[in-house]
Amino acid sequence: MHDKVAAPSNGNLIPGATGDWEVVIGMEVHAQVNSRAKLFSGAATAFGAEPNAHVSLVDAAMPGMLPVINEECVAQAVRTGLGLKAQINLKSIFDRKNYFYPDLPQGYQISQYKQPIVGEGEIEIEVDGTAKTVGIERLHLEQDAGKSIHDQHPEYSYVDLNRSGVALMEIVSKPDLRSAKEAQAYVTKLRTILRYLGTCDGDMEKGNLRADVNVSVRKPGAPLGTRCEIKNVNSIRFIGQAVDVEARRQIDIIEDGGKIDQETRLFDPGKGETRSMRSKEEAHDYRYFPDPDLLPLEFTEDYVAHLRHDLPELPDEKKARFMAEYGLASYDASVLVAERERADYFQAVAKGRDGKTAANWVINELLGRLNKEGHDIADSPVSADQVGGIVDLIANGTISGKLAKDLFEIVWSEGGDPAEIVETRGMKQVTDTGAIETAVDAVIAANPDKVEQVKAKPSMIGWFVGQVMKASGGKANPQAVNEILKAKLGLE
Amino acid sequence: MHVDEATVRRIARLARIKITDEEAKGLEAELSGILDWVEQLKQVDTDAVEPMTRVVGQDLKQRADVVTDGEKAAEIVANAPMADDNFFVVPKVVE
Repeated sequence: MHDKVAAPSNGNLIPGATGDWEVVIGMEVHAQVNSRAKLFSGAATAFGAEPNAHVSLVDAAMPGMLPVINEECVAQAVRTGLGLKAQINLKSIFDRKNYFYPDLPQGYQISQYKQPIVGEGEIEIEVDGTAKTVGIERLHLEQDAGKSIHDQHPEYSYVDLNRSGVALMEIVSKPDLRSAKEAQAYVTKLRTILRYLGTCDGDMEKGNLRADVNVSVRKPGAPLGTRCEIKNVNSIRFIGQAVDVEARRQIDIIEDGGKIDQETRLFDPGKGETRSMRSKEEAHDYRYFPDPDLLPLEFTEDYVAHLRHDLPELPDEKKARFMAEYGLASYDASVLVAERERADYFQAVAKGRDGKTAANWVINELLGRLNKEGHDIADSPVSADQVGGIVDLIANGTISGKLAKDLFEIVWSEGGDPAEIVETRGMKQVTDTGAIETAVDAVIAANPDKVEQVKAKPSMIGWFVGQVMKASGGKANPQAVNEILKAKLGLE
Repeated sequence: MHVDEATVRRIARLARIKITDEEAKGLEAELSGILDWVEQLKQVDTDAVEPMTRVVGQDLKQRADVVTDGEKAAEIVANAPMADDNFFVVPKVVE
């Protein structure tokens, strides 16, 4: 009898002692809404304020305070839903999620439970050149909690409520992801979409985008295994590590005859392990009920249509357009649309110029250099106009590709107009055949022995080209030099 | 529907309400009575009825995205049993 294992659906299976395993991942991403004021109060959301400076009596949950919703937070959630090609619910309900923690003064978080503002949608991701659609389960609006600081005092914790009440979008995916790479690609793409929309800045270092990763393992084709939730994994790199480490842990337990407990775990990047957060377990009975302080959130189709009309071009559409309009390869187009500023920069360079050359310069020269120096494109020392100027000088034959790179270095470190630099520093490529002929004649006259040799060995022409280029200070058009040399030496 | 003592204690703990053994006994009967009454209400067929969220025709009030509040940290922590440098200070809570 043969053991029939379902054919692997992809190359993501993890080998174990009892055969291959499939990892199943779902993500819950908390994205801080871009807004000036909080979700239910008029206090500021700005990062880095003095302790409790951005706190109103509502955020501190003083008795008698009532929440009033911020219309911009609602609009941002709808925009995000539209960007995720999701169903927008014209009516949604705010609920209270009850638990006690010192940084949650209300004793409950205002969230949305059964009727969220946004329903099912999808995100297109790409891993190793293969596209995949990942389902979105829902998006709901909720309040952020405050922050507890434990290192200020040996016996006490310090609580700052500046974040308390800031609007979050919790974006829940379906369990459609099958590898660490897919999980990383999902969060990366989601962050790109949020940044394009301007609904969340996606800054993971500041905690403005936080991911909880649900991981389970199963034999291919088997029913879903028991999952563990890994909390607050705060970088794309850690998401990949946490998935790999947690999948391995679960496989080892099952293969040793154990079973997985459904629990919340914490990823420790230093130790490269996940560990149980047992203290959170008991609190899992949240006793949701509709918040009696808030009426249902309702809006019209017209309101949604108005927001849809004002949406910017999103990365998938932009990529398709770059490929069609500028003839770019899929990979280059993906690199350029990964950030909105990058795409804008490229478009400024490509305007009225050859798209492929522009893409080449932006990706290979500019992005390569920015990366090396740790700069963002927003604070690039070289502007799109300057890169465009260099591309123009290559296109009209004023400088060679090699000199263009030298020119880029000058513009990078000293600034200035590329055309002017070429003019004042005499970097112009010499295409004047008369001048090149003079140089060629001089080299031939000075090296009669080599002239004899090249007749027997035509590949020696390279030496002559080198001599002429040297004599011209690198400015002679190499192709013209080659042709003139061949004619004068009687080769071919 | 009968609420046993363990459930009473669990609910009390979730609500952070301290109860004595005697109170727990009394609450068993009280909570069971409330739930029985709810069971009775559930006999009414409400499938076609929207949950009532308001008694007057009013929509959810919304606010413009303008900063109108805050910058009063001293007031915020004024009633706190303990505060330091405008932080609330609470017994240590560590994961």
